[in-house]
Amino acid sequence: MERIYIFTRFERFWHWTQALLVIGMMITGFEIHGTYNLLGFEKAHEVHTLAAWVLITLWVFAIFWHFITGEWRQYIPTMKNADVVLRHYAWGIFNGEPHPFKVTRAHKHNPLQAQAYLGVKLLINPILWISGLAYLYYNELAAAGQNLDLATIALIHTLGAFMMLAFFIAHVYLITTGHTVTTHIKAMITGWEDAGEEHGKS
Amino acid sequence: MHNQISNRWAIFKPLRTVLICAAILAQTAFAADLPAVKMNSTADHSKFKELQQSFATGPDVTKACLTCHTEAAKQVHRTKHWTWEFINPDNQQKLGKKNVINNFCISVPSNTAFCSSCHVGYGWKDASFDFKSEENVDCLVCHDTTGSYRKLPGLAGHPPYKDMEIPPGSGKIAKAVDLTKVAQKIGKTSRDTCGACHFFGGGGDGVKHGDMDSSLASPDKELDVHMDSTGLDFTCGTCHQTSSHEVPGSRYTPVARDKDGAHIRGKEDKSNPATCQSCHGQSPHKDGQQAAKLNHHTDKVACQTCHIPAIARGGVATKMSWDWSTAGQLGPEGKPILKKDNKGRVIYDSKKGDFVLGENVQPEYAWFNGDVTYTLLGDKVDKSEGVTHINKLGGSASDGMSMIWPMKVFRGSQPYDPVNKTLVTPHTAGADDTAYWKNFGWEKAIESGMKVSGAEFSGKVDFVQTDMSWPITHMVAPKEKAVGCNECHTKGGRLDKIEGIYIPGRDANGMLNLLGWLAAGGTLAGVSLHGLIRFLRRKA
Repeated sequence: MERIYIFTRFERFWHWTQALLVIGMMITGFEIHGTYNLLGFEKAHEVHTLAAWVLITLWVFAIFWHFITGEWRQYIPTMKNADVVLRHYAWGIFNGEPHPFKVTRAHKHNPLQAQAYLGVKLLINPILWISGLAYLYYNELAAAGQNLDLATIALIHTLGAFMMLAFFIAHVYLITTGHTVTTHIKAMITGWEDAGEEHGKS
Repeated sequence: MHNQISNRWAIFKPLRTVLICAAILAQTAFAADLPAVKMNSTADHSKFKELQQSFATGPDVTKACLTCHTEAAKQVHRTKHWTWEFINPDNQQKLGKKNVINNFCISVPSNTAFCSSCHVGYGWKDASFDFKSEENVDCLVCHDTTGSYRKLPGLAGHPPYKDMEIPPGSGKIAKAVDLTKVAQKIGKTSRDTCGACHFFGGGGDGVKHGDMDSSLASPDKELDVHMDSTGLDFTCGTCHQTSSHEVPGSRYTPVARDKDGAHIRGKEDKSNPATCQSCHGQSPHKDGQQAAKLNHHTDKVACQTCHIPAIARGGVATKMSWDWSTAGQLGPEGKPILKKDNKGRVIYDSKKGDFVLGENVQPEYAWFNGDVTYTLLGDKVDKSEGVTHINKLGGSASDGMSMIWPMKVFRGSQPYDPVNKTLVTPHTAGADDTAYWKNFGWEKAIESGMKVSGAEFSGKVDFVQTDMSWPITHMVAPKEKAVGCNECHTKGGRLDKIEGIYIPGRDANGMLNLLGWLAAGGTLAGVSLHGLIRFLRRKA
């Protein structure tokens, strides 16, 4: 069986820490939003703010890592073979067809996947970050003459949160669409992607 | 273990004894050098010849005081404590106890001899009182340290000079005040002297304010972190820093939003020294993870809103409402009656009507910018417009001047003139033919009261719903007991009715929520369906 080492130790650490933080921030964030009562506003706010700073720190490292290693190229959007992948998810997958995309070190993500992650990095994250920091430093902004409306800041931040939630749901499901249901998750745990025999034949 | 140590030290015992003896000797020698001295003042008033005499009346004492304190009476003459009159510079309203109408005992004129037991003067029973008289200033009521000086309703601001039954026929004997003793032990004002009137406003302990009652005479830390009698032990004057007898901190023109920093010695500062900010500044939260976020709140939320979680916390109930319209129900023999609750507190009095009392009351909250407008005698009152506001507090989220303040909102029903559409000033206290508390007839009581007030009365009486807002500022709890985040940042929380601001946890955009949950739910439904088809079409 063909096995490829696609996720380095740092990537896996980055991914799972980020996963934990994002899940924690969604739980506490929607509590701050008033959706339910779990930890209480004060605790939720405390955890949410702390997690935000940890995530920002993690991201500074991750951005640095992407540029040093050149891994940022993984996310260069391309439409090449996107239609093939789309057809697979819409049709082939139901007929037991193998995934048309072959994972390699140079291309860890299929074209749709790469675009989705790029969307998270360039759209959802910045929305959350910028609005989140504005939320946190609302008073300092006001003192500096930037009188933003807190309701608007909250609105944008919540919009980002809903986008993240939708991404999260789709992401968790799409993990199961590897060669076997657990192929992708195993890869993110061990670093080794099991390319599978069927794939090898095609 | 302990014994071992003691034994080991035993060899030093003789040495220790010598040292202790030497220390005691030194102390005694030291004490022998410096005679006992009064440390809280440079004057022991009992040594003054002027005060070593028996005084017949209060004014006699004042004359003695004025021989040294030559400017004192003239200073007092300038204050609200003396004039009971205040012109609001913002709206020119003529206020002061002499002029305002409230929904407690209603009004002063025609009842002055009773009300003036809380006047810093002697002899004010009617309009003939001489406000220029220096000897009629009462020094003792604020400067007594013995606790034995008491002014009683009906004596026009005098204390009892001989043992007397007050009120007449009550069987309660008020002891004569020993004026010489009180005068010789004169001192600074205290929680007791200020409290003698301010704890009992509205006709009894804790009735009026809710954040001031006799429990503040000797409070613990829980009740008031500053006045804590075994801790910081602030007196009223520690915050209400008085100069030339002018006590700062006004209910007619309160400072709702103090943007100044803490007061600094040497720096001229005309701002109110009684605000929280005048000591704590604008960024009072120093410790803990939330300090920065809490400091962010100080632009919109008054300190009192979080730091006074409830009023009437000291075991004394405050009145929350007063219904004058039910007054006058008499017992079988035509005598006034009292009804009490299961704690023995009066909840109905023939003279006054029905009361609702409250302890540990959570305040109401409102935007407040410091503007106070009273409904005064002669102002139009329309029952059909619902509740008449005895005082209307200005404020909104958008005026840039307001903070969210805790309020005791005192609600009631009180007599008014339905023809002239004005509030009325009934004559309540007294032993004459028209006083309501003796005769229980509103028409006569109001007619004689309005005559003294110099206002017209149609002869018709009806009752109108009123409310009065009291910004809360005393009974500051220790920080551990401050109102927590969760109590406002939630739906239905303390600030539920505060409009004009976005409170996270309380507010959300309904449209965004709908679209957001549709998107998330749609994604979940989509992937579930996708997964289900995969599952059903899997190769066995």
